Amino acid sequence: KYVCVFDKSALKFSHQQRLFRTSAVSRGQIVQFKLSDIGEGITEVTVKEWYIKEGDSVSQFDSICEVQSDKASVTITSRYDGIIRKLHYSLDEIAYVGKPLVDIEIDASKGIATAEDVVEAPPMSHEEHTHQEIKGHKTLATPAVRRLAMENNIKLSEIVGTGKDNRILKEDILNYLAKQTGAILPPSPKAEIIPPLPKSEPMPAPPKDKARKIPVPVSRPIVFSGKDKTEPITGFHKAMVKTMSAALKIPHFCYCDEIDLTQLVQLREELKPLAQIRGVKISFMPFFIKAASLGLLQYPILNASLDENCQNVTYKASHNIGVAMDTEQGLIVPNVKNVQVCSVFEIASELNRLQSLGSAGQLGTSDLTGGTFTLSNVGTIGGTYTKPVILPPEVAIGALGKIQVLPRFNGKGEVFKAQIMNVSWSADHRIIDGATMARFSNLWKSYLENPASMLLDLK
Amino acid sequence: MVPQSSLKNCLQLLCILQAPKAGFRSTASGGLIMQSTSNDVYQNLAVEDWIHDHMNLENQQVLFLWRNSPAVVIGRHQNPWQECNLRLLRQKNIKLARRRSGGGTVYHDLGNINLTFFTTRKKHERMENLKLVVKALKALRPQLDIHVTDRYDILLDRQYKISGTAAKLGRTAAYHHCTLLCNTDKLVLSSVLKSPYKGLKSNATPSVPAAVKNLFEEDSSLTSELLLDAIAEEYAMQHKIDRHINLINPADETVLPGINNKAKELQTWEWVYGKTPKFSVSTHFNIAYKDSVLDVKVDMDVKHGRIEVCNIDLPEQWLPPALCSELVKNLTGSKFCPNETTVLVTTLLRACPQDGDLQSRWNLLCENIKMLM
Repeated sequence: KYVCVFDKSALKFSHQQRLFRTSAVSRGQIVQFKLSDIGEGITEVTVKEWYIKEGDSVSQFDSICEVQSDKASVTITSRYDGIIRKLHYSLDEIAYVGKPLVDIEIDASKGIATAEDVVEAPPMSHEEHTHQEIKGHKTLATPAVRRLAMENNIKLSEIVGTGKDNRILKEDILNYLAKQTGAILPPSPKAEIIPPLPKSEPMPAPPKDKARKIPVPVSRPIVFSGKDKTEPITGFHKAMVKTMSAALKIPHFCYCDEIDLTQLVQLREELKPLAQIRGVKISFMPFFIKAASLGLLQYPILNASLDENCQNVTYKASHNIGVAMDTEQGLIVPNVKNVQVCSVFEIASELNRLQSLGSAGQLGTSDLTGGTFTLSNVGTIGGTYTKPVILPPEVAIGALGKIQVLPRFNGKGEVFKAQIMNVSWSADHRIIDGATMARFSNLWKSYLENPASMLLDLK
Repeated sequence: MVPQSSLKNCLQLLCILQAPKAGFRSTASGGLIMQSTSNDVYQNLAVEDWIHDHMNLENQQVLFLWRNSPAVVIGRHQNPWQECNLRLLRQKNIKLARRRSGGGTVYHDLGNINLTFFTTRKKHERMENLKLVVKALKALRPQLDIHVTDRYDILLDRQYKISGTAAKLGRTAAYHHCTLLCNTDKLVLSSVLKSPYKGLKSNATPSVPAAVKNLFEEDSSLTSELLLDAIAEEYAMQHKIDRHINLINPADETVLPGINNKAKELQTWEWVYGKTPKFSVSTHFNIAYKDSVLDVKVDMDVKHGRIEVCNIDLPEQWLPPALCSELVKNLTGSKFCPNETTVLVTTLLRACPQDGDLQSRWNLLCENIKMLM
């Protein structure tokens, strides 16, 4: 009964009460929206796509469906604001001109719709009512929205439309109003009258036993928050779930260090133009990859694979070093085959090929299989230390942080500018111990800190 | 195409394109002829969308002339797997686009010209437009035996199709576009428009194949430029407007605000492949492995370009059943796309037992399944 009273009094007052979205208490009128004349003497069309479903709310001019007649594709738009209550045809069915296409429930408070929706010419006259020139641009808004704006003294030119074609929607007006008038207190003096003082006016049929005050209507901030969206995990991501779950079964241990790349940075600057002449872009990765391969020659256990029952270790002969790539499809790891017999230049050129295929989403099966060891250069995006996850069936992985310029001490005790990069290794602790990982890392580090030393061991 | 329009032309064009309705007397009342400076099919289709959505066509009609570098264009409600050889397209780097108008599949290259007639919905008249084109061609070469059929095709010598038509009707505006074969590579055309995919069942609009011929073959003095000019001249005459062709750059946001988003949308997988009406694939293939040949049956339902239902029938024990069901489970919900499948199956391989023989079988099966896409 409280609610009833409140509603009645609310209706008397400020139109701003319309700010509060109430669900349709009274049922609106159901109008049969008929398929209007397509022209060219066409009497029937095929329904090819529905843009709405039963229960959806539509505004005037929203697209309802796509129909096809011979070679013409026609977009049918709604004449009314309302809720779709029935679709008269399913996909690929023949629809007839002049016959009902959808039933729309029109909100009764908005006035009664025309009784018969006769076969009509395209609603050209609506143009004048619904389009307004503002700063040389058309401002789209339905009549209902326009009325709301007018009643609230809002210029449509001040509103940013969020609908299709920048159309101004009712929500946009309401959001604008909410911002204007503040979130907490009731927006206008009129509204404050609503809670009657309990002392003076006897409310019709209040609960006599409870000396309760009529609750003050709290003007809640108008929150048109987005709805939660649930999507199934499909395709590649689903497969990754499986891989990562398998990876979790591996006992990881992490070993981190910092590398002084000052000399390598200089070397790369010198080599860049040479590679350019040969048509190849050279980054730091080819050096990291080659140094890793040289290290794997000394510590082959890091380039191995453990069988399912953890009974046998297979030492892989080829160093197929995977490079993690962030692409549109997701995190993909193609590998460079047989790094142990490749030059730094060959690695760079192969990387170029994989990168362009990766960004086009066209990597092949052989590029994506057979990896034995992985490097992930997450530093190109950012970060220092991380705990990378090993990609089965491998047993180790290295993640490289970003290169930072930091002060360090040289041999003479002087401070100099050093190019420092962090590396984080993860390894399978079932077959790899900390000492092995540390020694491999130190060797890899020494090659990169003093690139000339790579020359001694290059094969 | 040299995209050099003078600043004055540019500003004039800007005014015309963005003229608000009611009360504005367009300087070029009656008609406007525009030609795209781009050969990118997505950009050009985006211009059509833009004109359809934004231009005021009450006081003037528009003729838009455009040509594309090699591309296959399917109709709004068609199935690309049914219409063309997607494998060949990928190999030859030929683009695939889905337009917003209905109709069938066409192959475009620079030897084909596209004409789009924009009018209000009331004034949409396909037959009149095609008669205009025929009139223009006959004025150029009176000896040409060309006529318009009641299916809105233009035939040469009563038997060869030189033009196909499609249309899009919106709430207030409409357009009719058609192709015109001047000097297209017919070999490529026939090879890309032949689908190799078997066992497809769908309600998508099918194309009607037709024998085609280039106008160049009939009269080798005819070039795309000559034809474009002739058609523009006829249009100008009929609409009593200046014969001037306005060059338009489909990447120019100042003249066509929002155009780049439109072009981007047309390139998304969701539009090109995802808008395919629901279809099913029911087929089988043979795998030769070691000394035996086995028959594999595949049944899939594809909706919105994604595999909704998947069934793979293998001889027992050729692959461990757990592995097979893992494959089926992962394919379900995945895009019906060979690249997506590659990434998916190689990832799944990581969690498989590292048995060389097993992995070979897996790869063989997956390669064959990808051939269906």
